[in-house]
Amino acid sequence: MGDRTSGNSTPSTLASALPLEIDALVKRFGQVVAVDGISLELRSGECLGLLGPNGAGKSTLIRAIVGRVIPDSGRVAVFGAAADSPAARAEMGWVPQDLALYPRLTAKENLRSFGRYYGLTGKKLDEAVAWCLDWAALQDRAGELTRNLSGGMKRRLNMAAGLIHQPHLVLMDEPTVGVDPQSRNRIFEMIEALRAQGMTIVYTTHYMEEAERLCDRIAIVDHGRIIALDTKEALIHNSFASRSQVVARLDGPAGRVSTWAAQRGGRLVDSTAEFTIERPTEITGLLEGAAAAGLELVDLSLRRPNLETVFLHLTGRELRD
Amino acid sequence: MIIPIVRTAIVALRRDRVSLVLSFVVPIAFFTIFAVVFGGQHDTVPKIKVIVVDEDQSRASQQLVKGLESDGSLAITTKPAPTEDQAKPIDYTAVTAEAAVKAGDVSVGLIVPPGWGANPISFRGDSDAPAIQLLNDASDTIAPQMVGGLLQKAAMTAIPETMAEQGMKYSEQYIGEFTPGQRKKMNDGLEQLRQIENWPDSARTGAASSSSGGIIAVKSRSVVGENKKSPMVSFEAAAIGVMFLLFTASGSAGALLDEAESGALDRVLSSRISMGGLLAGKLVFNILLAFTQLTVMFLWAWAVFHLDFFSHIPGFIVMGLCTAFAVAAFGTLLASICRTRAQLGALSTLLILVMSAIGGSMFPRFLMPEAMQKAGLWTINAWAIDGFTKVFWRDLPVTALWQQVSVLLAIGIVLLAVARRIARRWEYA
Repeated sequence: MGDRTSGNSTPSTLASALPLEIDALVKRFGQVVAVDGISLELRSGECLGLLGPNGAGKSTLIRAIVGRVIPDSGRVAVFGAAADSPAARAEMGWVPQDLALYPRLTAKENLRSFGRYYGLTGKKLDEAVAWCLDWAALQDRAGELTRNLSGGMKRRLNMAAGLIHQPHLVLMDEPTVGVDPQSRNRIFEMIEALRAQGMTIVYTTHYMEEAERLCDRIAIVDHGRIIALDTKEALIHNSFASRSQVVARLDGPAGRVSTWAAQRGGRLVDSTAEFTIERPTEITGLLEGAAAAGLELVDLSLRRPNLETVFLHLTGRELRD
Repeated sequence: MIIPIVRTAIVALRRDRVSLVLSFVVPIAFFTIFAVVFGGQHDTVPKIKVIVVDEDQSRASQQLVKGLESDGSLAITTKPAPTEDQAKPIDYTAVTAEAAVKAGDVSVGLIVPPGWGANPISFRGDSDAPAIQLLNDASDTIAPQMVGGLLQKAAMTAIPETMAEQGMKYSEQYIGEFTPGQRKKMNDGLEQLRQIENWPDSARTGAASSSSGGIIAVKSRSVVGENKKSPMVSFEAAAIGVMFLLFTASGSAGALLDEAESGALDRVLSSRISMGGLLAGKLVFNILLAFTQLTVMFLWAWAVFHLDFFSHIPGFIVMGLCTAFAVAAFGTLLASICRTRAQLGALSTLLILVMSAIGGSMFPRFLMPEAMQKAGLWTINAWAIDGFTKVFWRDLPVTALWQQVSVLLAIGIVLLAVARRIARRWEYA
């Protein structure tokens, strides 16, 4: 695979600017505030994850960055250029959540079409198409009608079409939606290959594992706002410091389990009681309390907090609610 | 078990507006159009436009013209309508009347020749008596027959004195003992009538015929299309062609809706392509598609029905491109109005069938009531068919198409402007 980022060097006027700057962005749809004053900056070569549940405003934010949504207020700059300017469009690739492809064209014809829409012609277009087919591991299926490709292949082609014009900033909007685990791994490898070449990426997902695996920093988005933005470790540390979680499954009436968990500062989630503890020795006290309340312990585990628990901690809701 | 299924089906139908439109609105619209055209609304039956040139100016000819003018089925004119250039236009002559029939301004021209009034009745089909000339367009097979019949009626009712005078003449010939000579004359006359009755239809309605099926001798002559092998082929090629062009254009423009639904439109618009550029590209494709479709249609008419295609290439190209532009713009507008393919299917079916019905794609507009003929001028079909008819039927030069070209281009530009305005909904959220 060739070096993607060196093939289309950033213009000198843009090189000094940050790949992405968002300042106090607001977008309303009627009474609904989809994006509520979001500000962030993205450094060159960084992969930023936007983690949040469905409807949190991630896709609207992405669409505002690519100039498909006009914000009510605020500013988006791509390498210093306004989001909907030709300069910004040339530097930015977009992988939409939908399969934005022509089903009656072959994989190769799709890539050629989108390449031409970005002004690529001749040898440059041929090279770009070849690189995309190689990157998406679709060389063998280049002549296949897109509608006949498997779900995973369509997803990969959808991603490749977003990179056909050799951008320096790529926005990926939940690129693994609806794909099987094997295809998901293939997509992760594609993204990791891009990262290794220094591509700047914005990656939206509501899968914690994806954000943990791929992203340098993670922005937790809820109700159109970024409620936390940092590295994974920092997010967890800021929320839990050195605390851990105890998850206990108890046999007994749900009402009694719930009351007991609440008395001990925990809560009942999916019929399991969850507690946050500072020291492992606190577990003994919990077990004694359960026995005293007439509850029989079925299962108990101690786990370090993760992004999902951070989200729960910050919003009071599950990430996939 | 049946009732729940019926209830579910009713609820589903109520929510399916496309099916509702196709089930109820389209049939009612069509029924109304056909009822108006062919139904019993006698007060709206179109009058046949006839130019009468009275070169005889005898009492009999003047009485005959008066008789024709009093007939409610005919719209008789003897001179062109006044214009700004010519406030008092001069009467039609045989030459200008023929030109008017050729141009399609009127259906029939009647020329009453000098001397006709001296011997107006041709009971015996006297060949040396001057006959009224009936000039017609061969593509309209109805008007000349109606005018011919009404001419005989007018003769019977409008010139009774002449009839009596002529009758006496004939009586003198046949009163008294029938001599062998008289018997022969009678038999000859009867034989001639028998021959007329037995004439085939083609002889009576052909390109040129001497019709003395009544008491007035009439010589019919087709001044348009006399040499055409298949009179209706060019009309049908244009009429059917335009109707299907409209379907193709709306279906093809519907690709925009597919792209919007799949998200491809968003992706395209996030590239270097603007909405204007996208619509222009789609328009050019749809124009080429429509023009190719028309070309194939006319080539088929040439190959199978002997349409004289290659003598009319310039006119075909001009009319083909203008028609293709108008239908492509129409398709683009429909696609921009509709939210889904299903909506587009229902709306285009309704509009195109109605336009085709009143615009002349299903039956010639000259059969329609005056008001409906005027309504047809709001359709692409009517202007396109008129233009192709001028090219292929009337053999008129390209310059004669200025009116059709102007209207079709204007229709296309207006529809495109509206479509562009509506398409803004796709540009940004």
